[in-house]
Amino acid sequence: MRAFLRSRSAWWLILVLGLLPLTGLVWGVVADQLGVNPAETLIRSTGDWALRLLGLTLAVTPLRVMLGWPELLRFRRLMGLLTFTYACLHLLCYAGFDMGFVWADIVHDIPKRPFVLVGSLAFVVLCALAATSWNGAIRRMGARNWQALHRSIYAIAVLAILHFWWMRASKHNFAEVWVYGLILAVLLFWRVINRIKRQ
Amino acid sequence: MHPLPSEITPAGVYAQRRLYLQSGLALAAGSALGVAGATTPDGTLPILKGQPSALPGVNTMERPTTLADATSYNNFYEFSTDKAEPAKRAHVLVGRPWTVRVDGLVNKPMDIGLEDLLRLSPMEERIYRLRCVEGWSMVIPWVGYSLSKLIDKVQPQGSAKFLEFTTLADPAIMPGVRSRVLDWPYVEGLRMDEARHPLTLLAMGMYGQVLPGQNGAPVRLVVPWKYGFKSAKSLVRIRFVEQQPVSAWGRAAPGEYGFYSNVNPQVNHPRWSQATERRIGEGGLFAPRRQTQMFNGYAEQVAHLYAGMDLKKFF
Repeated sequence: MRAFLRSRSAWWLILVLGLLPLTGLVWGVVADQLGVNPAETLIRSTGDWALRLLGLTLAVTPLRVMLGWPELLRFRRLMGLLTFTYACLHLLCYAGFDMGFVWADIVHDIPKRPFVLVGSLAFVVLCALAATSWNGAIRRMGARNWQALHRSIYAIAVLAILHFWWMRASKHNFAEVWVYGLILAVLLFWRVINRIKRQ
Repeated sequence: MHPLPSEITPAGVYAQRRLYLQSGLALAAGSALGVAGATTPDGTLPILKGQPSALPGVNTMERPTTLADATSYNNFYEFSTDKAEPAKRAHVLVGRPWTVRVDGLVNKPMDIGLEDLLRLSPMEERIYRLRCVEGWSMVIPWVGYSLSKLIDKVQPQGSAKFLEFTTLADPAIMPGVRSRVLDWPYVEGLRMDEARHPLTLLAMGMYGQVLPGQNGAPVRLVVPWKYGFKSAKSLVRIRFVEQQPVSAWGRAAPGEYGFYSNVNPQVNHPRWSQATERRIGEGGLFAPRRQTQMFNGYAEQVAHLYAGMDLKKFF
């Protein structure tokens, strides 16, 4: 298993797996299989997948430490960039299907709706992480600064859950929010415990 | 040869068919064909036809949503918060014995059975726009008659100022009412003049057949100039009251769902714009959204009900 994780094909496998949901959605559009309101399905599915991949990205370090498998670290950047990809698609679907790419309306819409504002904030921070995700950026920023910046993924996780919670708040429909929130909380809590233990 | 499973009439539908037969509505198309208790072409629901309504402004010329879309994308939280789920679960509403209690400040309170409701007034077909508060819309050919026909029958007292509508909340058949999404049962309300307005429909069918479960079988309210959640489904009680009722959504989120909830493109929901809507099934994925119309396009008929009212305050 660990030998496989070190191989080039493992990296490709993660990439292909990570792009499967997107392939499914594209196929759904082509074959008209996205239900009665395909625009809504696309907006929600891309958001769901961004959140799932964010959780998986945050699971890399706890798994690496608990299993003692340092090779897992190789996948962290890839999974972060997959998260970013789905977040971009999510934003693009919102801007296109909900707002018809009328930028004036979007700019107007963002501050007016707290959940859109919170989602946009998360996306801005995510952009900063994606933009500094290459090796050259680490070198130029210095490992310490780079790491400090990339710790903001914890803020992204909190903002993303808040975004989801707020979206569902009016319908009092929190079951899924709880599931995602709990998973992310466990992943963040593990880091706190791990830090205390190391000190 | 064994019949295919799809050819066997579900027990509920059979019971419902008998019920509609007994009510003397073994309906035009059926009798013309000499078929007793005819069902719709797909064989799932009894036919229920109405005469095209003569009310001005009632029948929109816009293209009706397909039956498939209108029956597979439903908000019916008593069954599920997922819009596709009610279509799989709500068929249990069809063919059940059904009584609506009409009481409160009326001279003639009554428990009225579905058979009597079906006979109370001639059935009309009305093609209404339906605008959901979530920002999508459909066009539905309903079958029913003005709620005012029922109101007249029970003779409201002078002190009755509002109607409170209560819908079924039966945990035995509705898994959603075990969740705490809302305070069950679902309650809605209308002012007396709104309830008496001829556009306010008591619907028992759509698309020339009886209501499918997910659309609010066997009897529901349709108030076309208000957001869809005002049109309570599967009614079990209509109570005439003096004080403005507190609706289920009003109780859950008073800042977001007002008592009036008239369709109004100028008054946004706190979390999204109401200026436009997505017409379900229209023009594919990249079709532009439609402009939402004041009172959902029924301003000419209903705007006078709200003359002088601040619609931002009374949203």
